Amino acid sequence: MRRRAIAALVLFLGVLVSQGCGGEYPQSTLHPSSDSATLIDQLFDQIFWWAVGVFVVVGGILIYVFVRFRERPGDGRPKQVHGHLLLEVGWTLAPALILVAIAIPTMRAIFIIDRSTPDPEALVIEVIGKQWWWEFRYPELGIVTANEAHVPLGRTVDLRLRSADVMHSFWVPRLAGKRDLVPGIENQLWFRPDSVGVYHGQCAEFCGTAHALMGMRLIVDEPGDFERWARANAAPASTPADAEARAGQGVFMANACVSCHAVRGTPAAGQFGPDLTHFGSRLTIASGVLENTPENLARWLDSTQHVKPGNPMPEVELSDAQIRQLVAYLGSLR
Amino acid sequence: MAMTDAHSTGILSWLTTVDHKRIAIMYFVVGFAFLLIAGFEGQLIRLQLAAPERSFLDPDLYNQLFTMHGTTMVFFAGMPLVVAFFNFVVPLQIGARDVAFPRLNAFSFWVFLFGGLFLYASVPLRAMPDGGWFAYMPLTNPEYSPGLGIDFYVLSLLISGVGSIAGGLNFLVTILNMRAPGMTFMRMPLFTWMALIVSALILLAFPPFTVGLIFMLFDRSFGTHFFDAAAGADPVLWQHLFWVFGHPEVYILILPAFGIVSDVIPTYSRKILFGYPVVVFSGVLIAFLGFGVWVHHMFSVGLGPVVNAVFGGATMLIAIPTGIKIFNWIATMWGGRLRFRTAMLYAAGLVATFTIGGLSGVMHSSPPADLQQTDTYFVVAHFHYVLIGGTVFGLFCGFYYWFPKATGRMLHEGLGKAHFWLTFLALNVTFFPMHFSGLLGMPRRTFTYAEGLGLDVFNLISTIGAFIFTLSFVPLVWNLWRTWRRGEAAGHNPWDASTLEWTTASPPPHYNFAEIPTVDRRDPLWHPYIEPESRRDGDEPGGAVPRRQPDEPPEPVIMPNPSYWPLVLAVGMLLMTIGALGSLGLTLFGLFVTAVGLFAWAFEPPFGEEAH
Repeated sequence: MRRRAIAALVLFLGVLVSQGCGGEYPQSTLHPSSDSATLIDQLFDQIFWWAVGVFVVVGGILIYVFVRFRERPGDGRPKQVHGHLLLEVGWTLAPALILVAIAIPTMRAIFIIDRSTPDPEALVIEVIGKQWWWEFRYPELGIVTANEAHVPLGRTVDLRLRSADVMHSFWVPRLAGKRDLVPGIENQLWFRPDSVGVYHGQCAEFCGTAHALMGMRLIVDEPGDFERWARANAAPASTPADAEARAGQGVFMANACVSCHAVRGTPAAGQFGPDLTHFGSRLTIASGVLENTPENLARWLDSTQHVKPGNPMPEVELSDAQIRQLVAYLGSLR
Repeated sequence: MAMTDAHSTGILSWLTTVDHKRIAIMYFVVGFAFLLIAGFEGQLIRLQLAAPERSFLDPDLYNQLFTMHGTTMVFFAGMPLVVAFFNFVVPLQIGARDVAFPRLNAFSFWVFLFGGLFLYASVPLRAMPDGGWFAYMPLTNPEYSPGLGIDFYVLSLLISGVGSIAGGLNFLVTILNMRAPGMTFMRMPLFTWMALIVSALILLAFPPFTVGLIFMLFDRSFGTHFFDAAAGADPVLWQHLFWVFGHPEVYILILPAFGIVSDVIPTYSRKILFGYPVVVFSGVLIAFLGFGVWVHHMFSVGLGPVVNAVFGGATMLIAIPTGIKIFNWIATMWGGRLRFRTAMLYAAGLVATFTIGGLSGVMHSSPPADLQQTDTYFVVAHFHYVLIGGTVFGLFCGFYYWFPKATGRMLHEGLGKAHFWLTFLALNVTFFPMHFSGLLGMPRRTFTYAEGLGLDVFNLISTIGAFIFTLSFVPLVWNLWRTWRRGEAAGHNPWDASTLEWTTASPPPHYNFAEIPTVDRRDPLWHPYIEPESRRDGDEPGGAVPRRQPDEPPEPVIMPNPSYWPLVLAVGMLLMTIGALGSLGLTLFGLFVTAVGLFAWAFEPPFGEEAH
């Protein structure tokens, strides 16, 4: 019975650990890809092994005590002991020393991470949190985009975080720890990515109905690819070439879309919703909820409240043909 | 007159009772009911998260459920269950016949009950609060949370907070003033010591929270701008007011559990507590440090490196006194004769699982590490290990320990052990995987998670664990039913324990002690076993405390009269609270009832006619 229980426990932990080590974890804190996230991960590793050590020692003593000092038939009263000064001093000092060992690298890391970036060449990006999406602005490049930010490999990224409404928290675990977006305050967060890739992130401070669906992607590009992306995204939208997309532009401009969305280079200049100037080049729809495919886009336009309940975009009455045209138009905004 | 009233068992006698033992039972029953309700809410949450992208609950309902789960567990299950033990145990442990202010005690219970019922009135009205138990501004201001939901949160906590503060005051005075002759501070049982510390914590921690709630109420009802960034205020102020209360609140919930196991472990080890003064003062130190660490809930707010360094360091310090307690418990068991009755299993389980929760706590005492862990399931795992592995295990430990004293009947050991192993299994299966889901990137308070993040297996295991939790109540309920039908009589001291509550009958007579005992040592009932050479200075030879109280009091005992007025006062405050949702007339009527209750209470003679 007891042996079987121990086997079950080992199996359970084995499943957990094998799950934790193998596999794909796009949002993991344990697979860092920047200087800042690596620093935190190394610190966590240190503390983790101290904790494991303490647990093994305390757990071992506990099991020994439970087995060794179990009452046996015929046992009388044990010897009564009031205390032991040396032992008390010992088990006060031992944890204190372990804490010092944890505190020193902690303090070092705090004064690196919680300060503003020391790199004067950093790429500044303004991040504005809104219920329930992210706006990214590149002041030096003249780019405004939403939910996906491209950054170049090997350059420090310096985020300026603001909120347009309630508290949010910016979290892309493989690149940096969290930083809150607080109304009335500008916060900072910086990191230097060390490998190319698409990094998943999402809001980490409860912000209302669709908090779980306030995702984002940070895309780390080779410097050349980043240059090309930046040039394309700084330009206004081009007029679509094909007829269906042109019809879609007409639908867009004639409907409620324009009151919230901007498409630079057209009369659409709404400020409330995401800027759609280069929507076609994005990977996802609705801040990471759906992959950006024509089918998904049609679904989103048809039933936004079903795809992302509570989001402020109304379900506009559109015919199937109009949705097809809009999908073609938005897809052409590359 | 007073004695005959206290003997009757009709409904009226419960509505008017001022007997601390009856009030304890009412606190326990209501707190346990709220524990079941909030547990059910947690079960629903786990069903929604069993697999990615499920649509069992819609997002708004999910947000309401986790808000209600947290708020109920902390304020309407955890605290009343703690207070139930204060009420039942403290007067018996200090050799008193009741608390210092019996009517205030009844009043505390009624406003707590009305606060809980008021919160749950939001369910049929479909206006459950949905801002989390922490209710961060500005999400909870009327612009982002219109409707009555947040008002139910604010008002229910305001009214029940009055009861909490009154209760803290009551137990502080009781322990300071009502101890039996000879019971010096350093002779008090550990549970009474922790009750003293926690009463002081309640008295100091609730006022800032009350201030915050009143600010929030004013912002919501009267258009003030205490937390409005657009008007130049700082919404982070709410976070400070909330957490300067919220962190001591954690110790309000955990220190009583520490007190319980500090009494239980010696009993079932048949060995006095190792390092008594060290265990006492480590509790005092935890409580003191607990007021200087609240910013560790706010490391990601961006308060700067110096603030984060100071609060991170202070947080780490708490590990030292907490570790000291654990080591002293182990040293108490070392060389003892351990009897693994159900209460002892829970005490041992607490030592093991609380250690896990404490160690994950050390991990996020380091601010940079916390920046990855805060607001993720890693933190959910941490505080459930602390609050279930610590508080709930401690409360069940106390439940199995003092149940024979409270009812006069023995619970069934086999069913009790089944209950322990099921809760132990459920805790670890539900919450251990959450360490992984958190570190792998799952934020808290999300009604769903995407496929492809690698979180599916961990969440499925957690949901299975939640079902085991539900199952774990079966042996408990069965045990209660069985004991109610045919439980063996307990006798005065079924565990051969060492403290005063075991000298009186089970259940104790309404006057507790026929004769107030005179105490001349710690652990007075064990004086024959403590060898002279290990006695402390000041211990006198022999033993003045009788092992059994006389069956009948040698002199007439004067006990306080039952009273309607605490209930009337609480009803008046409830009416004011309901009126605050939008009826000035009702508020004024409630104010009138409150005033009537207060004056009638003040002029009511405390003792019966015969007493004069």
